[in-house]
Amino acid sequence: MDIIFAAALLLGIAAIAGAFGVSILGSKFIESVARQPEQLPTLRTQLFIILGLVDAIPMIGVGISLYILFVLA
Amino acid sequence: MASGFETTAEEYISHHLVNATFGRFPDGHEKAGEWGLASSGPEAESMGFWALHVDSLGWSIGLAVVFMFFFRRVAVTAAQDPAAIPTGLRNFVETLVEFVEGMVKSVFKHPDTSYVAPMALTIFVWVFFMNLLDLVPVDLMPYIFRYGLGVEYMKIVPSTDPNITMGLALSVFTLIIFFSIKQKGVGGFLAEISFHPFGKWLLPFNLILEVVGLLAKPLSLGLRLFGNLFSAEMIFILIATMYTGLLLGLFGGLLQFAWAVFHILVVPLQAFIFMVLSVVYLAQAYEEGEEH
Repeated sequence: MDIIFAAALLLGIAAIAGAFGVSILGSKFIESVARQPEQLPTLRTQLFIILGLVDAIPMIGVGISLYILFVLA
Repeated sequence: MASGFETTAEEYISHHLVNATFGRFPDGHEKAGEWGLASSGPEAESMGFWALHVDSLGWSIGLAVVFMFFFRRVAVTAAQDPAAIPTGLRNFVETLVEFVEGMVKSVFKHPDTSYVAPMALTIFVWVFFMNLLDLVPVDLMPYIFRYGLGVEYMKIVPSTDPNITMGLALSVFTLIIFFSIKQKGVGGFLAEISFHPFGKWLLPFNLILEVVGLLAKPLSLGLRLFGNLFSAEMIFILIATMYTGLLLGLFGGLLQFAWAVFHILVVPLQAFIFMVLSVVYLAQAYEEGEEH
């Protein structure tokens, strides 16, 4: 029973952290595109790179918590 | 599942999470000491470390062969006739190669790096093909293999196997270490991790920080890809268990389709991120950072 609670906590905190990180990144992206619209392709490439980095740990957390929920419990 | 679909959701999910494991049966088993395919999840686990996931190996090597076959064919025709206007497959391959080359050129300034762009192309296209198999409907290949060929378990997405993703990440890590040492010498490499970011009097502290940072690279590379693909596959399986009956089943199918469309973004994105990070880490192996 405790392990299900742990997995739920893991998933929830991963979701919150991921959402915060990606929204900060996204708002900075939109701001900088509004300042320099001609840099849109360059900035978009960098957006996806940083998105991958920010999203890595929350995704690992999601993977682990799903594993816990369905394989260990 | 012989008489129809008399299985619990838990069994269905557990069934979809087991790889086709080829190994040595343990001692308590009836076929102790022999080699063969495991016929249940716990049996697959009991085979220990020296057991192969033949489905991941087969699909990843098969996809690599497909990739190399098509790209080699285009390369040969391009070498024979460089001035022809490219069409179809050749166009696609050229676009891809130019894309990777542009990205590598923008990151790598060192002249002695002719191996980096082919490595980046291989990583990108191979991981992309492996991820693409995640869009095949969840039950299709396992059904074909189980009822057509008698293979009990078959997971077709190699990237959901942490062995495959960590294998790729560790290969890139080996390259990083090898080229760091080749570029800076063993002494230079050790000096770099011992004397940054603080001076030599804080050597143990430096060492801990730098080694953790160094080990985080392959770990995050491999686990990022694994986490993304594993959770996506898990959600496909979960949607498949959610709805039964005709009307709700159609609604479930619609949900699967919606998730697949969202997943189309993740598939090339993860391949791209793996490639970009590999190239960036390799570039860091070449640069001479004096002060952090």
